[in-house]
Amino acid sequence: MKALSISNLRKTYKGGFEALKGIDLNVEEGDFFALLGPNGAGKSTTIGIISSLVNKTEGKVSVFGYDLDTQLVELKRQIGLVPQEFNFNQFETVRQIVVNQAGYYGVPRQVAHERAEHYLKQLGLWDKRNDPARMLSGGMKRRLMIARALLHEPKLLILDEPTAGVDIELRRSMWDYLLEINKQGITIILTTHYLEEAETLCRNIAIIDHGAIVENTSIKRLLATLNRETFVLDLSRDEDQRIEPQLEGFTMRQTDDHTIEVDVEKSQGLNKVFDQLSAQNIKVLSMRNKANRLEELFVDLVERGRSAKSAAGA
Amino acid sequence: MTASYSFIALKTIWIKECTRFLRIWVQTLVPPAITMTLYFVIFGSIVGERIGDMSGRPYMEFIVPGLIMMSVITNSYSNVASSFFSAKFQRNIEEMLVAPVSTPVIIAGYVGGGLVRALIVAVIVTLVSFTFVENVSINHAGILVLTVVLTSTLFSLAGLINAIYAKTFDDISIVPTFILTPLTYLGGVFFSVSLLPGIWETVARANPVLYMVNAFRYGFLGVSDVNISVALSVIIGFNLVFFVTAYTLLQRGIGIRS
Repeated sequence: MKALSISNLRKTYKGGFEALKGIDLNVEEGDFFALLGPNGAGKSTTIGIISSLVNKTEGKVSVFGYDLDTQLVELKRQIGLVPQEFNFNQFETVRQIVVNQAGYYGVPRQVAHERAEHYLKQLGLWDKRNDPARMLSGGMKRRLMIARALLHEPKLLILDEPTAGVDIELRRSMWDYLLEINKQGITIILTTHYLEEAETLCRNIAIIDHGAIVENTSIKRLLATLNRETFVLDLSRDEDQRIEPQLEGFTMRQTDDHTIEVDVEKSQGLNKVFDQLSAQNIKVLSMRNKANRLEELFVDLVERGRSAKSAAGA
Repeated sequence: MTASYSFIALKTIWIKECTRFLRIWVQTLVPPAITMTLYFVIFGSIVGERIGDMSGRPYMEFIVPGLIMMSVITNSYSNVASSFFSAKFQRNIEEMLVAPVSTPVIIAGYVGGGLVRALIVAVIVTLVSFTFVENVSINHAGILVLTVVLTSTLFSLAGLINAIYAKTFDDISIVPTFILTPLTYLGGVFFSVSLLPGIWETVARANPVLYMVNAFRYGFLGVSDVNISVALSVIIGFNLVFFVTAYTLLQRGIGIRS
């Protein structure tokens, strides 16, 4: 079953700005799906329409088969939303915020209190339950919004940049939590600027730019299209002086006395690099990707889309 | 949404609203007590002694219902206007918009909060009046309760409409300052409209607040400048118009959805 189905979705804001230009998107039940795009691409508008915070101009949206236009109440029950910005009452306590949210979905107060304890404990906020939300740290506020979105036990969780401004440790613990609830059967749609996040968490991906979907596929398939990667190699030789290796058939840049960057085509493989360095009596101490693989693809896809558009315009 | 779900949602908004104004009771419940005490001291005791009777009642007694109604109007209006606008401003209105809460439930929840605050303030001001007026009698309890409930509802709805349109905090203070206060002061709180000369009495009768103050005074003292059936019809009529307006605006997402 499709968790989300969008067809020909358009949004034109007052003033004529066309945020969405007829997008089509499908997300399968149980998926962990990433919606990527640069700022202003249309990600938040899409999420706003799905969660009925933004009125669409045209198109169809359905969530678990419930139509946005004709079955709004049932559609809303399926969705838990974690917005990009903190949108809770800063003067209410943590527990009040989550219990009230459950109440809006018709969850009886007693049940809401039980669930609040469960989710606040899971997200490490139980000790803060009686504190006003304004007293929480940024990371805690993000976790509070996740707890709030889960209180009515939705089947589809939508997170709009949930780890923006969150430190690395907390981000990793949030990733673990999201993977865990996804394993339990909740479909997750995530927008993010951190491409590493999408690569780590998500199975499928859509890239949106200027209100249009420029790519919609699985992360595996997308990464397979990557033809060239840049590796950073830290080198060493017995003599402690500048190392200037010669690599035939590769484009190479020396970044300091002991570090080089090498562009490797998919067809070439890394063995040839190691063979040549070894022949020059140079050891490779460590090696890493220069940029996130997905990041390279993302930039490439967005740029390709823009050039195609400007060519069509010319 | 089934009726039981709607009822839980309504109760949630209502509890949230009541918790809000009770949490800040120094800002919401104490000021009317102080303001009304000053009105009783200045207009009732000091000036009132020299005025004598009004509509056959001692002046102090005459102004009690008007002052209670004035507090009810101000508090019901400002409660909903500031609460709903703050929810818009902090964007926590989105908590309700993403949930399956129907528009009538949102309206009823906010109006319910305004109504409770107005009733608590009415009781406080009535208790304050006991220290200045020896015998505060109630002539028509049914009319009294009906008028205070309908008036609180009406001004809660008006506050909601104001908050829906408001874009800044200034926008929610303009209406109380430039419209509500003049209408209340000219609505027969401190005088009987029968004292106004010719055309001015007719003009005063176009003021809807006059009907609320007089219906309430009738409930208390049994005296009124207007026909009670007409007064109640005017209040009910305004309630209907304001409800339909608030419902239409929220349904269309004016001020809350892009």
